[in-house]
Amino acid sequence: MTLNQITDGQITDGQITDNQITDNQITDGQGELWASLRLRTQARIGLGRAGSALPTRHRLELQAAHAAARDAVHSPFDPDAVAARLTGTSVVRVRSAAPDRLTYLQRPDLGRRLNPVDRAHLPTGEWDVVFVVADGLSSRAVHEHAAALIRATTARLPSGTRVAPVVLAEQARVALGDDIAHAMGATAVVLLVGERPGMSAADSLGAYLTHRPVPGVTTDADRNCLSNIRPPLGLDYETAAGKLVALLARARELGRSGVALKDESGDEAVVERQP
Amino acid sequence: MSAYTSTLGGERYRFDSLARLLAAASPERSGDRLAGLAAQDARQRVAARWALADVPLTDFLTRPLIPYEDDDVTRLILDTHDPAAFAPVASMTVGELREWLLSEAADAVRLAALAPGLTPEMAAAVSKLMGNADLVAVARKVRVVTAFRSTIGLPGRLATRLQPNHPTDDPAGVAAALLDGLLLGSGDAVIGVNPATDSPKAVRDLLELLDGVIGRYAIPTQSCVLCHVTTSVDLMERGAPVDLVFQSVAGTQAANASFGVTLGLLDEAYEAALALERGTVGRNVMYFETGQGSALSAGAHHGVDQQTVEARAYAVARRYDPLLVNTVVGFIGPEYLYDGRQILRAALEDHFCGKLLGLPMGLDICYTNHADADDDDIATMLTMLGVAGASFVICTPGGDDIMLNYQSASYHDALYLREVLGLRPAPEFEAWLDAIGLLDPRGGIRQLSGTAHPLTEIATTGTAIGGTTGHATGRELAA
Repeated sequence: MTLNQITDGQITDGQITDNQITDNQITDGQGELWASLRLRTQARIGLGRAGSALPTRHRLELQAAHAAARDAVHSPFDPDAVAARLTGTSVVRVRSAAPDRLTYLQRPDLGRRLNPVDRAHLPTGEWDVVFVVADGLSSRAVHEHAAALIRATTARLPSGTRVAPVVLAEQARVALGDDIAHAMGATAVVLLVGERPGMSAADSLGAYLTHRPVPGVTTDADRNCLSNIRPPLGLDYETAAGKLVALLARARELGRSGVALKDESGDEAVVERQP
Repeated sequence: MSAYTSTLGGERYRFDSLARLLAAASPERSGDRLAGLAAQDARQRVAARWALADVPLTDFLTRPLIPYEDDDVTRLILDTHDPAAFAPVASMTVGELREWLLSEAADAVRLAALAPGLTPEMAAAVSKLMGNADLVAVARKVRVVTAFRSTIGLPGRLATRLQPNHPTDDPAGVAAALLDGLLLGSGDAVIGVNPATDSPKAVRDLLELLDGVIGRYAIPTQSCVLCHVTTSVDLMERGAPVDLVFQSVAGTQAANASFGVTLGLLDEAYEAALALERGTVGRNVMYFETGQGSALSAGAHHGVDQQTVEARAYAVARRYDPLLVNTVVGFIGPEYLYDGRQILRAALEDHFCGKLLGLPMGLDICYTNHADADDDDIATMLTMLGVAGASFVICTPGGDDIMLNYQSASYHDALYLREVLGLRPAPEFEAWLDAIGLLDPRGGIRQLSGTAHPLTEIATTGTAIGGTTGHATGRELAA
């Protein structure tokens, strides 16, 4: 678990275990109880009280976690930074049809479609797979993890696999990968996307595999997903790369991705939560 | 079908249908823009309201927004409409209804009598002519009282749902968060867990845990594990301790279908839950959640604006005399409600419409991290909804739900609201809090000091059920 702790007046994004949440109830004999209970849940329990409200420390801890999440959503995507970590790999930059962050957040449909100008510049070829780096809801996640995961995954692909140039996509949602793969002629797309930041993690990367996507026809049930890629606390690059390569091979064999692959691989298919 | 028109600032505006008129008259929100239904500019929005103010209420009975033949929610609304209850307002326009609702003539008794005579569309329409203060002023006059083991909705009371979620449904983790909530005086509306998995085994483990705690400490409240209605039916048949049957519902047949729900399924579950007779002070056995945007998200809104579709979900809910209904108001994301202002407006509308239609309306006042909102918005919403007389609010540890990954009100927030507005818990629960020494002389919740409270054994209960690994439940056992 990562909590943004305030240390000596500075906000640091430190790795801590649950029982390091300092207890405000130590003075009333409940401290030990809550310390032991926090080993069982990351929920913010036993926070103590200032009147009816939260003690100052816990209020600021919540604000710090929310601030990290908000900044992850709103920090601009820096394709150059990702490209710089992919030396020796050719990259292409595209934008979705959402012109800015404000529009992106309110119009998911635009984030799923390519900007027409950029679509025309996409190279085409007989590729087995294209990797797409999509900013999604956390540019921080893709800045920190996307290039390393692509390197780890390509290194494990069978020799002879035809890998397309990496596409760096701005204001992008998961289904933009369908549009990209279709336009480029790639058989499969692996889209790496910044996941919606939570209060305990703002840098979580998701990876979505879709075999032979068709824009507007492919649905989330046709994808396989790896979530919470964020070493050292979440899934590490080598493990994620191993799973992706196995999923790619299985999808190629079956001629499809999604729920059909789920049962045999043990990985999760994409499930959308009911509102 | 004739169009609706108005003239504003010398310009003539025309709205082709009642659905288009309602959509254009809606206060701005991102979901209506996403659906392409929002007013094109601010003047058109006000022009729509001028036209809407003159629409006779009877239009909503003769011009269904979604055809009777196509949609079972429309059929439910029209087939159960009560003309006698409608009679006092039958000759009014929407604008006149607003003024009558705000008048002294509309007291608690008359408003309760009117509920079966109003359709969701009428409630939604009048809400679009009302300011936030209007929505508070009318809603606080309405009293909807329901009961199971506690009584919800009495004047001067505010109940809370204690929501001790855990990402893997670990009973020990749930028990720890449950203890925290009880010690902060939460849980009189329901102790309700959103399970991470819908597997019957995992749901049953949680039900047994909650039922065990409620029984052992004789807590006058009810439990609910918020699984799919079919899972509840299955578990009731197998003798699991189901107090309340939960289901998410929406305002169109197609949206309900996307949830895997039909009215027939709900009928069956309702009968089964009633037959268990597990309530002590009342027989309200259903719990529904709703939320603006669910129909659009399912591609099932039929060109109706998201607030009006939401109100139609209340027609589904009221068929079953529920103990609790809450809108999950900011959960679905900024593409439906962009910021704190839009979430607040939606919260007030949903609460108003639900109450006007006779529902025990509560709220999950919440936001996600990609919405433009924060804990100050929670405080603002909570205060306004407390003044409006919300039946209950959902509370989580520290306001941070680690399973659903969103922020809601905290147990502390409920303490604040009860303190500043002089609100008290449900009477049965309040007496229990007093009996176990948690009530302070002013009616607040005592801060513990010195030795551990006997309730802390609850945490050991969770360990016993959960086993030593802590995660040996849910997915593993169900597999």
